[in-house]
Amino acid sequence: MIQQTTAVFLKDFQSELRTRYAINALVMFVITTLSIILFSIGGERVSLDVLAGMLWVVIFFSAMSGLSRSFVSEEERGTTMTLQLLAQPAVVYFGKLLFNLVLILSINTLVVTLYVLLIPLFVVQSASIFFLTLFLGSVGLACASTIIAAIIAKANSKGTLYPVLSFPILLPLLMTVMNATKLSLDGAPFTEATGEFRVLISYSVVLVAVSWVLFDYVWKD
Amino acid sequence: MNSILLQLENVRKEFSRRIIFDKIDLTLKNGNSIAITGINGSGKSTLVKIVAGILSPTRGALTLSVNGKEMKPEQYHNYIGFVAPYIQMYDEFSAYENLKFFARIRGLRFDKKYVDYMLDRVVLYDRRNDAVRTYSSGMKQRLKYAFALLHKPEVLIFDEPRANLDRHGVATVCEIMEEHKPDGVLILATNDQEDLSYAETVLNLDELRKARIEERQKQNSVTAKLT
Repeated sequence: MIQQTTAVFLKDFQSELRTRYAINALVMFVITTLSIILFSIGGERVSLDVLAGMLWVVIFFSAMSGLSRSFVSEEERGTTMTLQLLAQPAVVYFGKLLFNLVLILSINTLVVTLYVLLIPLFVVQSASIFFLTLFLGSVGLACASTIIAAIIAKANSKGTLYPVLSFPILLPLLMTVMNATKLSLDGAPFTEATGEFRVLISYSVVLVAVSWVLFDYVWKD
Repeated sequence: MNSILLQLENVRKEFSRRIIFDKIDLTLKNGNSIAITGINGSGKSTLVKIVAGILSPTRGALTLSVNGKEMKPEQYHNYIGFVAPYIQMYDEFSAYENLKFFARIRGLRFDKKYVDYMLDRVVLYDRRNDAVRTYSSGMKQRLKYAFALLHKPEVLIFDEPRANLDRHGVATVCEIMEEHKPDGVLILATNDQEDLSYAETVLNLDELRKARIEERQKQNSVTAKLT
């Protein structure tokens, strides 16, 4: 199963390199939103709370603009049935999850690099908390967005439905990552953020387990 | 080749409460072939999708046993090869890359010799490295036959087997059906009279529908008399 999952991931990865279906949308979105944030901040001294919040707003909407593509592109190209004839649902789910995880980790690296370079007030005091938050937040985002993308791929109004359906599911994740990011900017000790990390790990575990069970029903019919 | 037993019991399919077909019973073993016919919209494609495990029936059951062991629905794809005009290949990849990915996703070792043979057979060998988006609809249809036969399945399902094919393509498909018939299970969804000659039994969905309507009318008249 691992080999087959990797094959689905590699197929999506190669396809993305050729079509730039998701990556173009994501990069353009990141550049646009960061520019708007820079213009709106101007010379003002913004609090760390706001900066941490804005970072995750950019990440959330970037994810919303790109991560749905993994399933939507299959549906639009009519290849969903081909995949159904090739592999069992769990293989497709984990292959797509892996692809979304790699995509969101890459895009988050870009977002954070640009954010640190362009916003001088954004100084990370506790790197261990910040990077672990970024990693676990990305995992949580990938887990939630993969199953939601599978659900909305069958709907007519995919574009609007995706962020609307994602928001309530992602709210606990966003609240937690924003708190943890604030702690990293404040320079809090690592032990102070362990509660947040526990929540983030549990969130991903629960979502993967639920998605695994639900995916069979979502994928067929 | 594995011993196959494919059974449909009392299968019914509805879309938004509209009954497409009802009470379909089928038993197919190695060496059996069946053609499903009917007017457009009679449910031919829907029925073959149910047999392939892509669609679930509203009522009834589909079971596939291999060497006497009942398979789980998520394993059906290992024994079924499916060709239909609505199946799509990945346009951005070449025929060769498509088949390579398909083999890997199926968990098969990529057998270059066999893939070359299949591509040669469907007359795509010379264009094997060109992106599928540059292919004509007939070439895409021929690639689907290579896709369906890649894992040497016991059950072959062809929905409109001649769609988009030229004379040479049709001859190749007829050869494939002829070769597969003696040992495997062949299911065709077609209205083409020549295709029907490849099937030992014909399931006409129109006749089933008419019988269902007559039965309902009879029941209604009995109810009316009683009241």
